Amino acid sequence: MNINATLLAQLIMFALFVWFCMKFVWTPIVAALDERKKQIADGLADAERAKQDLELASRRSAEILREAKEKAGEIIGNSEKRASEIVEESKTQAKVEGDRIITGAKAEIDQEVFRAKEQLRTQVSAIALAGAGKILGREIDAKAHNDLLDKLVAEI
Amino acid sequence: MSSEMAHAATEVAHEAAHTSGDYIKHHLQNLTWGQLPDGTWGIAHSAAEAKAMGFWALNVDTLIMSFLLGAIFMFVFRRVAKTMVTGAPGSLQNFCEWAIEFVDTSVRGSFTSKNNMVAPLALTIFFWVFLMNLMDLIPIDWVPLLMSSLGVPFFKVVPSTDPNATFGMAIGVFLLVLYYSVKMKGFGGFMGELTLQPFGKWGMPVNFLLEGVNLIAKPISLALRLFGNMYAGEMIFILIALMGGAWAGFSLGGVTLFGSQILLSLGWAIFHILIVTLQAFIFMTLTVVYLDMAHQEHH
Repeated sequence: MNINATLLAQLIMFALFVWFCMKFVWTPIVAALDERKKQIADGLADAERAKQDLELASRRSAEILREAKEKAGEIIGNSEKRASEIVEESKTQAKVEGDRIITGAKAEIDQEVFRAKEQLRTQVSAIALAGAGKILGREIDAKAHNDLLDKLVAEI
Repeated sequence: MSSEMAHAATEVAHEAAHTSGDYIKHHLQNLTWGQLPDGTWGIAHSAAEAKAMGFWALNVDTLIMSFLLGAIFMFVFRRVAKTMVTGAPGSLQNFCEWAIEFVDTSVRGSFTSKNNMVAPLALTIFFWVFLMNLMDLIPIDWVPLLMSSLGVPFFKVVPSTDPNATFGMAIGVFLLVLYYSVKMKGFGGFMGELTLQPFGKWGMPVNFLLEGVNLIAKPISLALRLFGNMYAGEMIFILIALMGGAWAGFSLGGVTLFGSQILLSLGWAIFHILIVTLQAFIFMTLTVVYLDMAHQEHH
């Protein structure tokens, strides 16, 4: 254990190892560690942001759901109203149509009655004429008693 | 230790005084390369030869082992640094990251200024010293036996039991302390710090003496603390190994010694794991603290 030039050699070796360690070991490893630290921090920040986004989205979806429900209720209400309107309308229309049909039918009946009356009148006058002829025993001149006959027809 | 065993031990020690002394000396001798007495350059074959080589000699075993261990450390960490992924790390990367964060945390704890060199320096010191110290746990006879079978006379496998290694590092740290002291405070500031406190300008010589000792004590204590701990640990391993080395047949004393060697070396090795780690950590922490002091203005 003499002190000799080994001392200097060790000193140089020491310096070289420290230099190597600083340049090729410490710097890249620490850089990588910092990089990872940054990645983790970014990841956490992303997660935080995603959480906020999720909260926002769920709030928004609740909003949309609520709106949709409202709208659906509105639509249902409208359609119910419309349905009752349609029913009402068709009821009115049916009534009008029915009235119209009834009126037509009545007019026709009136006409028919009138025509039957007319016919009946004509026949009655003929029968009356024939009856009178029989009663008188002779031919009644239709022409001579036309005025009388018309008066009779109008009376019936 | 029982009195019987102590008796046996003294008996054995007496018998093998010469050989145990040689054994210990052999284990504490570095493989030194330098100028031999006959003028040629080569490996010293005895402690006296190594001593006679003077300053311009190299402890080859210290250099080889410390380079090897440093290179292993750099290789492993460099490989991790190159294949570093920011995603889920593998187990080796995990270990390296743990090591780096550990060092980074302790540097942040005791180093208050900003300097990008200090943390890698601390990492290098911690792992290099740790690995060098760890060599102490290799059973002490294996490497010297292997080496002597290869024709190499000595081989100390723990570089940190060579004061050259510890002083080499401590002087490196000391130079950094000087450099940063001058850089941060200016030459005048640094000299002022050395001479103008604690007694003001009229006590300049006394101040210089006190502060000078304070300054010089840093690298010396740094180097000697590590060296002393590891040297003493090594010494105790050698002494424990001597117990079984005294084996001379199945006597009660022989068996007791052999059994004690196993138990004691196990116990000491387990305890030594603590010392190995602790000394590496202390060397690192003190380096950081000294550099921190160099960066700070004193008032």
